[in-house]
Amino acid sequence: MSTIETTSEPKPKETEKSLSITVEFTGGLEMLFSNQRKHKITIPARTISGKTPTIKFLVQYLCENVMKDPRKELFVLDESVRPGILVLINDADWELEGEANYEIQDGDEILFVSTLHGG
Amino acid sequence: MAPTPCELCSINRALILRPKNHQKLCKTCFISTFESEIHHTITTTSLFHPGERIAIGASGGKDSTVLASVLKTLNERHNYGLELILLSIDEGIKGYRDDSLETVKRNAQQYDMELKIVGYDELYGWTMDQVVEQVGKKGNCTYCGVFRRQALDRGAAMLGVQHVVTGHNADDMAETVLMNLLRGDLPRLSRSTSIMTSTPSAAAAAVPSQTKPSLTNIKRSKPLKYAYEKEIVLYALHKKLDYFSTECIYSPEAFRGSARTLIKNLEAVRPSAILDVVRSGEDMAKLVPGYEDTCAGKCAGSTGAGAVEEEEAGCGSAAGRSGGGEMSKMEQHLTRNERADEEELEIEIKLPIQVEFLKDPANDAIPLRKKGRKGVKSASTPQSSGKPVTKQTMGSCENCGYLSSQKVCKACVLLEGLNKNRPKVAVETSTDGEIVSMQQAREELPGAVAQMSVDQS
Repeated sequence: MSTIETTSEPKPKETEKSLSITVEFTGGLEMLFSNQRKHKITIPARTISGKTPTIKFLVQYLCENVMKDPRKELFVLDESVRPGILVLINDADWELEGEANYEIQDGDEILFVSTLHGG
Repeated sequence: MAPTPCELCSINRALILRPKNHQKLCKTCFISTFESEIHHTITTTSLFHPGERIAIGASGGKDSTVLASVLKTLNERHNYGLELILLSIDEGIKGYRDDSLETVKRNAQQYDMELKIVGYDELYGWTMDQVVEQVGKKGNCTYCGVFRRQALDRGAAMLGVQHVVTGHNADDMAETVLMNLLRGDLPRLSRSTSIMTSTPSAAAAAVPSQTKPSLTNIKRSKPLKYAYEKEIVLYALHKKLDYFSTECIYSPEAFRGSARTLIKNLEAVRPSAILDVVRSGEDMAKLVPGYEDTCAGKCAGSTGAGAVEEEEAGCGSAAGRSGGGEMSKMEQHLTRNERADEEELEIEIKLPIQVEFLKDPANDAIPLRKKGRKGVKSASTPQSSGKPVTKQTMGSCENCGYLSSQKVCKACVLLEGLNKNRPKVAVETSTDGEIVSMQQAREELPGAVAQMSVDQS
């Protein structure tokens, strides 16, 4: 029993690596994320349902794990990024990259910038 | 997903999807397109004339920072021959404006521009921190907005500048159009869609540079009126501009004004909606009686007879700050009144606001019911006999000389209310030492304000 377990268990875990990405918040959004602009985070390479994590997943992940501010509605609306917040994936508008369905790659730089704040 | 090539140069990777036409552009092409569109706006409306001194209402925020950067670039590229000066208003809000002013100071160095900072304290004897201490956090935006509009003109007059440009963008314009439509405020709809508004005396001056700038003949214009907020932010990001983006501590959620939300939701569904709303606003403005007069500033450019206007329609702050704008301002009024009615609270806030409505119904174009409520006073408003409502009789404030359709301008009315209550509040907050100086301020203030109005140049 024990030998079978040790040989069979680690194998699937090897493929289930995590993704290291940089998430940045500007335009006032940093307020919601402990006043910190850049967050280097690691997210699982596979979601619970076994899919590659998307921006949609990331947004939810950020809300649950990174965002300490209770005002989630300033970041998320109807399970997506609030209108008026721009998302840039490696400097490119997320609308060019498939928006919320973009599949996150290791090393991606994802920028959330609010256009809503004055100043 | 394979990288999309830029639709203009076909070489670089497209990074920007333009909201107005879905064009996919690389960073370089986007920046040059953005700039050339602003240049187009400036030239087709004859916004500036060579040798003109222009004050840029600079808040340190994205809009005014982009405006300063673009104007500097275009001025050099196309030889506009403009002298650009940054004009900032210090409302006196610790932890907000002092930080954003640091940004403006850096911008002044980065862009090699003169910077003039005008403080509410020197203009009015009150900082916003002190106003909030007195009226509370709920009503203070009214004061701030009214004070700021005058402050920009006063600052410009101090600089001897006759033309102030502000960072109002297409989103701001669309929001204002919707707001004025919802309020049924046609005169203001007409005025607010103009790229330039000017006061009667500014309009009367055929060659503006020949007349001495004074408090009552300052032109206002919005070179970014067709620029999407999204593109302004992207421009700032890609050009790595140094801008400040923290919400004002006294209106932390002001940007959630419903007209703004509506605009942003419309944009999400169909991005061209924003410019469509702006253009619809312009088209509707043409149908407003008296349009010829109101559009003249735009049609005839810098020398045209402009709209008679005490204050810029548009977002509450003319310094390029795009908060909740007029809609949220109006909403604030309404909710505040509702709330006060319900809770029988905040009488001291309600009062000055009613005074504001009452003193200025024609100009602020508050719906009729407001005027009706005020009976006697509103009868005395110079809502020009028989003429379309756009034609207001503009005079000067008896107190400070600022342009006003009323005997006393809004700012003076608000100040009077503040000053009356000042000693009382000082006692309440038990800052004993301050009482004397506050009373002094109260006595000295009308004079001080009047002096400010004297042409300082």
